Amino acid sequence: MTQFLIRRIFWAIFLFFVATIITYLIFWVIPADPAALAAGKAATPADVARVRHFLHLDDPIWRQYLRFLWNLVGHQSLGRSFVNRQSVNHTIGQDAPVTASLVFGGAIFWLSLSIPVGILSALRPRSILDRVSMTFVLIGISAHPVWIGLLLSYFIGFRLHLTPIAGYCNFFTGSPGAQCGGPVQWAYHMILPWITFMILFAALYVRLVRASVMETMAEDYVRTARAKGASQSRVMIQHVLRNSLLPVVTILGMDLGLALGGAIFTETIFNLPGLGQQVITAYNFDDLPMITGIVVFATICVIIFNLIVDITYGFLDPRIRPS
Amino acid sequence: MPALEVIDLATRFRTDDGVVRAVAGVSFSVDKAGTLGVVGESGSGKSVTFLTVMGLLDARQAEASGSVLLHGEEMLGASQSRLRQIRGAKIGMIFQDPMTSLNPVKTIGWQLEEAALIHQDITRKEARRQAVQILKEVEIPFAEQRVRDYPHQFSGGMRQRVMIAMALINNPEILIADEPTTALDVTTQAQILRLMKRLQEEHGMAIVMITHDLGVVAELADDVIVMYGGRVVEQAKVDDLFVKPEMPYTWGLLGSLPRLAAPGGRLAQIPGQPPSLLHPPPGCPFNPRCEFVMDICRVELPELELSPVGVEHRFRCHLDAEARERIWNAKKAGMVSEDAA
Repeated sequence: MTQFLIRRIFWAIFLFFVATIITYLIFWVIPADPAALAAGKAATPADVARVRHFLHLDDPIWRQYLRFLWNLVGHQSLGRSFVNRQSVNHTIGQDAPVTASLVFGGAIFWLSLSIPVGILSALRPRSILDRVSMTFVLIGISAHPVWIGLLLSYFIGFRLHLTPIAGYCNFFTGSPGAQCGGPVQWAYHMILPWITFMILFAALYVRLVRASVMETMAEDYVRTARAKGASQSRVMIQHVLRNSLLPVVTILGMDLGLALGGAIFTETIFNLPGLGQQVITAYNFDDLPMITGIVVFATICVIIFNLIVDITYGFLDPRIRPS
Repeated sequence: MPALEVIDLATRFRTDDGVVRAVAGVSFSVDKAGTLGVVGESGSGKSVTFLTVMGLLDARQAEASGSVLLHGEEMLGASQSRLRQIRGAKIGMIFQDPMTSLNPVKTIGWQLEEAALIHQDITRKEARRQAVQILKEVEIPFAEQRVRDYPHQFSGGMRQRVMIAMALINNPEILIADEPTTALDVTTQAQILRLMKRLQEEHGMAIVMITHDLGVVAELADDVIVMYGGRVVEQAKVDDLFVKPEMPYTWGLLGSLPRLAAPGGRLAQIPGQPPSLLHPPPGCPFNPRCEFVMDICRVELPELELSPVGVEHRFRCHLDAEARERIWNAKKAGMVSEDAA
């Protein structure tokens, strides 16, 4: 187990370097002048030069990268934003809970829809439920999150007044600068974003669960269980489900890790101050420390969730459990 | 009364291409504590016959007719709950591939206990005791420890022993073994067959041995049915079948056995392919491949009179007795001369 963890950690460090170096390289290749953007519209060329020097943008890119590494390793700091001099750590710390609310809440929504529907579709292929859900799947896969989000926001929020149109409330009350707070308001504001996520992901997951359950039901050991006289529900619960959820766990882990790096479209539509919105802003201002910071955070999320998947797998499947 | 009686059983699958008649009217019986060998090549309908008997086919795809009597009780069309009571309790079944027939995420102890708990009103502790006991019976060493192991920690032969143990834990009257040794290596095959023989003597159950291996039949069976194209084409006591097979397909099967005494020569084979069950040939199902085919064979299916297996030697063939005698003697002489050479 320790050997497994050590291998994982080395792999994580390698991934970290790959991701950050690529970010710096892209930044170096694209024609950007963050100093001019940071200095403002009224700045003179001399001001811009001063800002450039102050932000160390006159250094070669490798030295900027080494400085980033040094700050990260020596001070656990991702640096300060070029634009507003805010600490990147602080900004991510503020934005990540918003994205996490969206992603985890959405995951609960999409899983609680797609697992039962996927199983029922697999049990009765070509039935009406199966056909309806496959149509729904097609819509979910084809539709863009912006379109789904806008429709929901317009009809449910604006026309029917059932939910807020957009905006975010903190889970905890009394956060400084927050207009509203508390779990109820938080959930109330998150309903539409969660449903948007649900439509997007449930589509994929219904298909995934359906295919996986059908494949497992054709396994020899399921026939063995039925030959033992096990009832349909026993066969499903004890023999089919655990085996068929293995691939779902893998994909879920990858999706959660990826989505935590920023659900750009959904956050933009519903004006949620999460990492996705932050990364768009940072991109518009060529705010390299902020972009790199979010990339690092996303990388860590992906790595952590892959690790969780591997560990969960070990629990679910004795064949790959390190003995 | 025989333990199991199957009368005119037919199984049809509805597919997109049409109706596949996988089993086309099969009758036989299995004696109490006797062993019936069911021989045939892939696609002859032997596995489907017994999956139908067990009620294990998907009712949405397969359609069965005829009669399956377990101690006189009709199983075809019985309710699912009644079938569940019978499966695993009165009829145990083991399958071809022990590598995939056990659930990979459950311990073998759990899987054995499950079989006991479904049919007996006992505690988990008692089920565990039975599991260990039956594992000892199938000669798995360190049974007390090994119940905690997962299937991947066992070899193929050991897994097949576990499968046998699982099928026998409720002391069924019939054990259906669907090619139980096909996936195993030869020395393991012999061990498994010997084990089954011993367990049969101890438990007194009937065995149905589905196989394409005539060696297995010779070793274990009392009576044999030979299946071809979804039908029984010959049935006899095992000795009679080997001494004097009565129809060309069985001749072909026996002729294609490799013989140690005849080195070098090419292995004899039956030319052609098994018949399409979607568009079966008219007349005798074997006629396209039969070297003694006559005009009548292409029109009329030879009759197989109903009689209990093993009582009388029965077969489907239009050849007259004199011709069959002559051909078999010639074939036998050919095999003997090859052996002598």
